[in-house]
Amino acid sequence: MIDPVVWLILLPLAWATLAFVLGPGRGAWAALAGLLAQLGLAVTLAAKVGAGGTAVTHQVGGWGAPLGIDLAIDGLSAAMLLLTQIVALPLAVYAHAYFKRDDPARRYFWPIFGFLIAGLDALFVSADLFNLYVTLELVGLAAVALVAMGGAAQQIAAALRYLFATLVGSGAYLFGVALLYGATGTVSIATLTPLVTMDAPRLVWIAAGLMLVGLMVKTALFPFHFWLPPAHGGAPAPVSALLSALVVKASFYLILRLWLGPLQSLLPTFAWAMALLGAAAILWGSWQAIRAVRLKTLIAYSTVAQLGYLFLIFPLLSGGLALQTAVMQVFAHGLAKAGMFLAAGVLIHATGQDRVAGLAGAAGHLPVTLFAFGLSGMTLMGLPPSSGFLAKWLLIDAALAQDAYAIVAVVLAGGLLAAVYVFRVLRQAFLQAPKTAMLHRVPRSLEWTAFLLAAASVLLGLRGVELMQLVGAVT
Amino acid sequence: MSSGLLFALTGVILFALGVAGVVLITPLLRRILAFNLMGSGAFLVLVGLAQRNGMSDPVPQAMVLTGIVVAVAATALALALARKLHALTGGLELPADDDD
Repeated sequence: MIDPVVWLILLPLAWATLAFVLGPGRGAWAALAGLLAQLGLAVTLAAKVGAGGTAVTHQVGGWGAPLGIDLAIDGLSAAMLLLTQIVALPLAVYAHAYFKRDDPARRYFWPIFGFLIAGLDALFVSADLFNLYVTLELVGLAAVALVAMGGAAQQIAAALRYLFATLVGSGAYLFGVALLYGATGTVSIATLTPLVTMDAPRLVWIAAGLMLVGLMVKTALFPFHFWLPPAHGGAPAPVSALLSALVVKASFYLILRLWLGPLQSLLPTFAWAMALLGAAAILWGSWQAIRAVRLKTLIAYSTVAQLGYLFLIFPLLSGGLALQTAVMQVFAHGLAKAGMFLAAGVLIHATGQDRVAGLAGAAGHLPVTLFAFGLSGMTLMGLPPSSGFLAKWLLIDAALAQDAYAIVAVVLAGGLLAAVYVFRVLRQAFLQAPKTAMLHRVPRSLEWTAFLLAAASVLLGLRGVELMQLVGAVT
Repeated sequence: MSSGLLFALTGVILFALGVAGVVLITPLLRRILAFNLMGSGAFLVLVGLAQRNGMSDPVPQAMVLTGIVVAVAATALALALARKLHALTGGLELPADDDD
């Protein structure tokens, strides 16, 4: 019998290795076939978890913990696996058409892409803190390699900066795990959860703080966001989409895991500090996005802002639907930002430059792309019926239930600021082009994959209940 | 003071030195070395703290072996990138941030 848990990790490893063996630039078809199968597996798994109402577990190679590795999939994991495959498949189609034959970034895209997806899948099913560290590093190293792929000095510098940030982040996390193991003698999430209580020794508190700060660096929460804009803004469009939609969510997922699981009695002490940083991220990120000269820098700062919403949720986690709200925002931003970066890739490709000011006239030639950009923008602003609207609605609802009016104010202000930077791009694109402007032809598949992801981010708002039921089914 | 605790305390100092190095030093090779110092500190804590009554615990040793593999991979990637940057710019320092 095929166990979807194992194959979700093995399949991307298999096609990535195959692509590497086939040689530079090859292996796209293996990747597409593999991703299609993975999407099927993720849907099967989500249906199983949602219907069964229990977490699916798996012991790798028949060896249980503590010597072997246990995998566990609950509603949250199943939802994240689903998002990963849903975003990865259109991205692969886009990347296949995006990289030209002589593009240096194309040489090792497919193998590294596969290793990144395998790392993400493994991260979402891991059930112990050390395995989570290893998968976190796998994801981080693959992401750095993808940023550096273009090969220009600026991209290499951005990649190195990203590498040092991510290494310090995961180093702090590992140090925390080491202290936690020293204090409790286990790294299994299930075993740790009842062990760590409010009156834990100081060592455990230090461990919790270190793990939290390390993961904040990796999630690029303000003020640790410095590495994100050059890395996400400088990489090729499909890579930027992958990083903004999925990679930063991996470390956020881990914070959420710790918050709801092993460190649930310690971390709520920091809840308001997290929300404060989240609010600062929304305001600062949006402001920088409004000021940005380059299109992709604008979108990258928008990611900084949108990540802020995820951290507003922590003071509300004791309330009913806060976890569902977090996952809804992760989905909304993941789909919308992937769509937006892909649309930006088309615009940059067509106009031959990457400044917002140079987009004039794009609307007449690339209506589908502009529509995709607008739909993604709708989700980021939180207009109904998009999933972004649903996430912000749930967030405001939860905040009002707990009289946290400051959070309501920040969410509303963030939506308005998002409207400013989205309309800045749209307005420029609808201007009459100067007569000299030449637009390059763009393959259709680029435009339509961007549109698909953007439309999905809006339509998810209509089917949000299913997703929330899945997340709520098993916690 | 048991030898385990001594290992752990040394690990804490090494980790702190490493983090300071990665954050504060500009030359790339030194930063990469500082990262390795950081990793070694974490490994020492992992093995040192887990010793109980002089008996060593095999599980953290297995973890450290895995961790060393990860650290080697990260170091290799960092060195490859540093080499590429050196080939392109002739320097071994990160150029100033151009944050438009």
